[in-house]
Amino acid sequence: MSIFFAILFYLATAVLLVGLARKIADYARTPAPLPIVTTPAPTTGGGVVWRMTREVALFESLFRASLWLWGLAMLFHVGLALALLRHLRYFTEPVWTGVTLIQPFGLYAGFAMLAGLIGLWVRRLFVERIRYISTPSDHLMLALLIGIAASGLGLKFVNHTDVVAVKMFFLGLLRFDLQPLPADLGLYIHLLLVAALLLVFPFSKLLHAPGVFFSPTRNQADHPREARHLSAWAAKLESKV
Amino acid sequence: MAETEIKAPITAPALREYPCIPALQPGAMDGVKPYVANDKVQEEVGFPGHLVDDWQPKALAKMGDLLGRYRSLKVFMDACVHCGACSDKCQYFLASGDPKNMPVARQDLMRSVYRRHFTLAGKLFPGLVGARELTKEVLDEWYSYYHQCSECRRCSVFCPYGIDTAEVTMAAREILDSVGYGQKYSNEIIAKVHKIGNNLGLPGPALANTLEGLEEDIKEDTGIDVRYPLDVKGAEVLLVTPSADFFAEPHIESLIGYGKVFHAAGISWTLASKASEAGNFGMFIGNYEHLRKIALRVREAALELGVKRIVVGECGHAWRVAYQFWNTLTGIGAGAKDPFAIQLQSQLDQRYRQPMHICEFTWDLIRQGAISFDKAANDHRVITFHDSCNVARASRMGDSPGGQFEIPRAIIRACANHYVEMAPGTTHEQTFCCGGGGGLLTDDLLDLRIKGALPRMESLRQAADERGVNFMATICAICKAQFTKVLPYYGFKMSMVGGVHQLVSTAIKLGDK
Repeated sequence: MSIFFAILFYLATAVLLVGLARKIADYARTPAPLPIVTTPAPTTGGGVVWRMTREVALFESLFRASLWLWGLAMLFHVGLALALLRHLRYFTEPVWTGVTLIQPFGLYAGFAMLAGLIGLWVRRLFVERIRYISTPSDHLMLALLIGIAASGLGLKFVNHTDVVAVKMFFLGLLRFDLQPLPADLGLYIHLLLVAALLLVFPFSKLLHAPGVFFSPTRNQADHPREARHLSAWAAKLESKV
Repeated sequence: MAETEIKAPITAPALREYPCIPALQPGAMDGVKPYVANDKVQEEVGFPGHLVDDWQPKALAKMGDLLGRYRSLKVFMDACVHCGACSDKCQYFLASGDPKNMPVARQDLMRSVYRRHFTLAGKLFPGLVGARELTKEVLDEWYSYYHQCSECRRCSVFCPYGIDTAEVTMAAREILDSVGYGQKYSNEIIAKVHKIGNNLGLPGPALANTLEGLEEDIKEDTGIDVRYPLDVKGAEVLLVTPSADFFAEPHIESLIGYGKVFHAAGISWTLASKASEAGNFGMFIGNYEHLRKIALRVREAALELGVKRIVVGECGHAWRVAYQFWNTLTGIGAGAKDPFAIQLQSQLDQRYRQPMHICEFTWDLIRQGAISFDKAANDHRVITFHDSCNVARASRMGDSPGGQFEIPRAIIRACANHYVEMAPGTTHEQTFCCGGGGGLLTDDLLDLRIKGALPRMESLRQAADERGVNFMATICAICKAQFTKVLPYYGFKMSMVGGVHQLVSTAIKLGDK
């Protein structure tokens, strides 16, 4: 089993990294021929960084759109972020001070994440408009994330696993030195679901995470009169004049 | 024409006292679509005359081409999580309840095809991720629902990833055109502007005639010789304005206003028969080449006439094209390092913003004290301001973000005593489209247009009932034409809508310079 999970995590990580790198390179390479920023917009590069920070950290646009949705999305994403940070203790030795400090919060974060996800699913199931636009994959994605959160919390509160051994396993993976993984069904389920998430990331709507940084309506500065914005293929039309 | 005359047997949806999100009515707008362009129109603008036999591979190839040329399209196809933040933001959905008019569902009409043909997940598990083949039914659906979007970008304000349905609509129309499935209204207009210089097909001599008549009328009204010059070499300012300003009501009232501002400030100006159109329908159909070719007429006119400044009249999408795109397309702007753009930019007076909106121009003069008003002349009006979608969400005026909201309002306050805002959430960047933008201002879509105006009519009704508003000012030729047509269906007088420069025109003091 240890060997299976070792191979699975090497594979999933590779798919995630290569898949994301290819997508990001593709986004970066594709030109944005016209300035199309949604205004009112910042006029400087620094302003754009600040707008993007608000967008990514506070979900500013979503806040304007729907308070309910914003609240649930925040609950889930902040919970996820804290839970991820908490998990860094499995990959670092010695554990970074910051990661140690958030351990207690990281625990509650798991519940916040779960609550947010359940709320989002309820919304998807019972709000007519949102049910209409949902595809099976939208529901499956929520099920997957709920599975990850629930199985993770189970390992902490229901059937405590040998976390020291888990840490040795993952440090071993990082050092290419295979260590045994505790034989624990709950742990297997948690890890399988996480691997599935890593595997589907570059092929699914999870691409919203890198995508937002490349969104021309958000990442452009509003100065089209002051600076000439010309993409390579558009410039070629000019040489024909 | 009687002010409340209604010709077609189309009725407006009832105004709702408490605007709420409608229940879904699947299929409510199925099959609503504008006339398809015929062979002659299509060929005039360089597209196949009618739907080509091998349209499916051609359309998919075009889609691949656009995905490679536009980062916006590529990112927007991938990034949507179906969160539904946009789902209650489109005026066409709010009025019709048709779920395919929710921005996310409108995008999904294309996204489903993208997934099937351009993503691994959609190739392997089409049912799971909502992927579809591009069938004739899907293509017809595109034609219908991508002509029920006014490219107003309201959804993009609320999307957490900034997904702009307008970009998707433009891509869809570009694909449709490329396989010979174009829209009659937009493509006819594009053919006219290439041939004659404006969307109305008004030739130079007719334009000169109209302007002379205008001068005589104003002389009669005011006793003052206000000039409306055409093709004057060496004028300081070239004014590029939507051609509706030359003859349509209430547009012409604003044109009269521009002339009075130039007159009162003593600045020489000219219109150009070659660039007698600010509108650019190339944007509506998402075609960069047409967009560019139409915009180049302005560049050519500016070079021929040797003007120092370029000012743009009241028009929403025209200002978007001018503000956001002209520097890219034609070099009208600043900051260029290439010979093509420097040729023009060295001619333009760089102490001024290039191009400049007529509202920026007028506001600068007001601040300098170069023009002044008899505000009481507008006392019969209680005025509100409708932010035009493309001005609000795709452009700016002045030096700081949001100037496109502040400057027109500041002008109104400078020339009138009674100004009232409509309900928050329906103005500024959250403004609703008039319902007729983006190539929909055609009578074959009248039902859609009337529906699309509903949210704006609701806030106007509230402002009229509670605050006595009797004039809605706007700075867009399409808004003016659309409201003139649609207001009577909602029980308003069509004369209730007019330009900001109509108000300027009413109150400006004309010293005889």
